[in-house]
Amino acid sequence: MRLTRRYRFSAAHRLNSPALTDAENDETYGKCNNPYGHGHNYVLEVTVEGPVDPISGRVTAPPLLDEFVVKEIVSRYDHRNLNEEVNELAGVVPTTEVVSEAIYKRLHAHWPETLPALARVRVWETRNNIFEVTKEPV
Amino acid sequence: MKITRRIEFSSSHICALPGRSAEENHSLYGAAANPQGHGHNFVLEVTIAGEPDPVTGMIVDLKRVKEILNQEVVGPFDHRHLNYEVPAFEKVVPTAENMALEIWRRLAPHFSGSAKLHLVRLFETDDLYVEYTGEPV
Repeated sequence: MRLTRRYRFSAAHRLNSPALTDAENDETYGKCNNPYGHGHNYVLEVTVEGPVDPISGRVTAPPLLDEFVVKEIVSRYDHRNLNEEVNELAGVVPTTEVVSEAIYKRLHAHWPETLPALARVRVWETRNNIFEVTKEPV
Repeated sequence: MKITRRIEFSSSHICALPGRSAEENHSLYGAAANPQGHGHNFVLEVTIAGEPDPVTGMIVDLKRVKEILNQEVVGPFDHRHLNYEVPAFEKVVPTAENMALEIWRRLAPHFSGSAKLHLVRLFETDDLYVEYTGEPV
């Protein structure tokens, strides 16, 4: 059985690669290259997978998962500038591909034994752009 | 190929184990343990997998899926108190997980032909959902 919780964080970012020229960055990232940055209301889905406890009828107690995800991600990402204020994104271009992999890695690295296995991280950048990670990124 | 049908039903429930203290139940289920009950607009997505019939071009007749869902889920669950009015939850706590298992048990026998029940996804709220694909529990 899989159980998914949805969280929200609002954050700023700018897509600009130091490996590219200004013209190439503009060409590659378009409006997302705006030097002043821009922001999104991100939606984060975290999915756990495990057996249903025969007594409680639960895969996990959602408050346990909430406490962990809020501490590791939401409280550190919400109302922040992803380029400037999130350690695991320092020096990388915070596309939502990179952000969702960083979230998966951080959750996986600190995953408590009290929770069933992490099965999936899905990040909605907008309601039309959705990114999904289902295994440890290399 | 897969096809998904979505339905909604509104039900009340209590998530608490009989014989446990209010504190124990609250630590297990949070606000859902309120002995007075509470309710949700549940959203159910049912996914059927199969190959389109070469003549009809359909995996399964969606009218029939709608009838099955009305008979097996909406009829018994909608505007009901799950603990008191659905026999399966007389002794089983109607968590979203147990509801998904019960819905799977009710639906699977209707899809024994080439179109198979593939996934039951039940949203308790927009921010909490469970998914079951029939694996042994």
